[in-house]
Amino acid sequence: MIPDEAWRRLSELTPARIALGRTGSGLPTSEAMKFALAHAQARDAVHAPLDPAVLATGLDDLGLAHLTVSSSAVSRHSYLLRPDLGRRLDAAGRNAVAAQRATGGVDLALVIADGLSARAAHTHALPVTAALLPYIRRNGWSLGPVTIVTQGRVAIGDEIGALLGARLVLVMIGERPGLSSPDSLGLYLTFSPEPGRTDGERNCLSNIHGAGMSADEAAFKAVWLMGEAFSRRLTGVSLKDESGAYISVTRDAGRPILPPPPDHSG
Amino acid sequence: MSYRHAVGTRAYVFEDLRTLLAKATPIRSGDQLAGLAAESAEESVAARMALADVPLATFLHEMIVPYEEDEVTRLIMDTHDAPAFEPVASLTVGSFRDWLLSDEATSARLAAIAPGVTPEMAAAVSKLMRNQDLIAVARRCRVVTRFRNTIGLPGTMAVRLQPNHPADDPRGIAASIADGLAYGCGDAVIGINPVSDNMQVLADLLKMLDELISRLAIPTQGCVLTHVTSSLELINRGVPVDLVFQSVAGTEAANKSFGIDLAILREGLDAGRSLKRGTVGNNVMYFETGQGSALSAGAHHDVDQQTLEARAYAVCRAFEPLLVNTVVGFIGPEYLYDGKQIVRAGLEDHFCGKLMGVPLGCDICYTNHAEADQDDMDTLLTLLGAAGVNYIMGIPGADDVMLNYQSTSFHDQLYIRDVLGLKRAPEFEAWLAAQGITGTGGRLIAPGQALQLLGPLTEMAR
Repeated sequence: MIPDEAWRRLSELTPARIALGRTGSGLPTSEAMKFALAHAQARDAVHAPLDPAVLATGLDDLGLAHLTVSSSAVSRHSYLLRPDLGRRLDAAGRNAVAAQRATGGVDLALVIADGLSARAAHTHALPVTAALLPYIRRNGWSLGPVTIVTQGRVAIGDEIGALLGARLVLVMIGERPGLSSPDSLGLYLTFSPEPGRTDGERNCLSNIHGAGMSADEAAFKAVWLMGEAFSRRLTGVSLKDESGAYISVTRDAGRPILPPPPDHSG
Repeated sequence: MSYRHAVGTRAYVFEDLRTLLAKATPIRSGDQLAGLAAESAEESVAARMALADVPLATFLHEMIVPYEEDEVTRLIMDTHDAPAFEPVASLTVGSFRDWLLSDEATSARLAAIAPGVTPEMAAAVSKLMRNQDLIAVARRCRVVTRFRNTIGLPGTMAVRLQPNHPADDPRGIAASIADGLAYGCGDAVIGINPVSDNMQVLADLLKMLDELISRLAIPTQGCVLTHVTSSLELINRGVPVDLVFQSVAGTEAANKSFGIDLAILREGLDAGRSLKRGTVGNNVMYFETGQGSALSAGAHHDVDQQTLEARAYAVCRAFEPLLVNTVVGFIGPEYLYDGKQIVRAGLEDHFCGKLMGVPLGCDICYTNHAEADQDDMDTLLTLLGAAGVNYIMGIPGADDVMLNYQSTSFHDQLYIRDVLGLKRAPEFEAWLAAQGITGTGGRLIAPGQALQLLGPLTEMAR
């Protein structure tokens, strides 16, 4: 085997930037430019604003009620430097969410937030929501309005969930963009949400993007966790994701084969 | 007690030692977030002036985190080496800086006082030092450690080969290892950050590392960077563990948030050593740290993040580690805002660790939401190379596809070797030469030829 061919084969085994070649100690120009472009895209993903209208239209198409609110972080700069502000609604947002509270509360509140990548929310939040709906209906879980949040962090779901009287909140949020994945979405599930919940009290599914976990797989795992959360009345470190036991994965197929939707209605 | 300093007609008063330390710290976002930072540039310098007059001995009497509440404070106080401290015992923080920069402070004398230097003393003096001071003094502090090779010798710099894969795929990891070895990386450790915490996955990765290190007879060590309790379980199951890894912080409460205490680290050390897998030494622990971790866990006791970071090195020091590195820019802009703050923090961390006798390396890194880029990493790499850093990271193309951040690459370590003439760990350097991966003067041969020499590895990747 000629060496270049051997390196090409190795580089097919990983998304890592291997076999780049070198000139002296440095990167060849073409690779240096590719890296610069990937970094530029990740930077742009961090700073691109969320467009709530895009999400609103998609939620209309799914037949879901929704509202759009802001955190207390007034700018991206403030959002990046003050995590505490991104975890709290502003006054208008608090009133708007509280006005949506149904008598007796709801089983589940969905939140879509920009987090560190609005692009992730734009690209993947609606497919995940759409994939969740059949499971939610089948289980008969009542659903509050979907809350779209700008400049939001994960914990803002606690306040929203509490205001809506939700037993469980699912936050779909843009993750810290990597060079190879500027549009990665994370899902955070918190039982009995209220301000002050810690990260140890949440379950997380991450790396939902084109080359990572699919929307269908994420929805399947999320629903498995939701069912466990409702029956065990908790989320967090003591609830391990064992949904994998229900998913068969073959190495070459790449994508898992999902079983029929889990049924937690009983 | 309170500390004061007058600037013109304005008298600045600092309530206690931890307030003084926090206000004297060069400005960074994490201390501002915690509400501890100086409120003006003048206040910061006034604090430094007051700090310069504080006797070093004060740090042995005034605790910044209460002794009764915190086992890290107890560790620092109970293991303080008074005879080692004696030569500098009469100095103030300011005159300690002068002494450190003087010709008096030879490598031998610096090594001798290290067990007498508490983290608070190291942090305090670093706050009075410019970047060049941090480099000049750290360069003279040598901390040498051994497992299957010798790391930290003057004129050398090692590299951790970090072959992470987003799905822990052993073939993908082997492919990155092949690339890294062809670049002469991996003498510090071949260290994988796993996605999974599943015991079988971790065991498989460790067995793969063990097989490739033994088949190629590489004088280095492998590590899967998982929680110390997982490593203990793996050791119990008979899995080949070279190094026991753990992230640590500078307060008991922050360590508790990581699920550890000093007792469990002691268990990790004992279990690691019981396997006797080292050939030239028995430094078996690998620790990672980083400014901001205590605040992030709400466990900072109103102490500034740089002082707490130095306290994390006191935790490390107690377990005679092979490797300790700050992951300096990983935590994000709310703790270190931009390239300037990251560069400063990297130099402070390296200096404090080395002054305390800890084998500091550095993950020179940043995230995409920080105001930093690869140019800043080049700057810090060059400065730390000059400062004599024990090791850096080698990541394919500087892009960690699992942890989603950027560090230094296989190419970057070649650059700094070229510019500063830095050699690899001697055993590893000899192995590369014997394999033919390096030729004259330790320079690499062409990558294609190197791959042929790494035959068993490419088999494993099939």
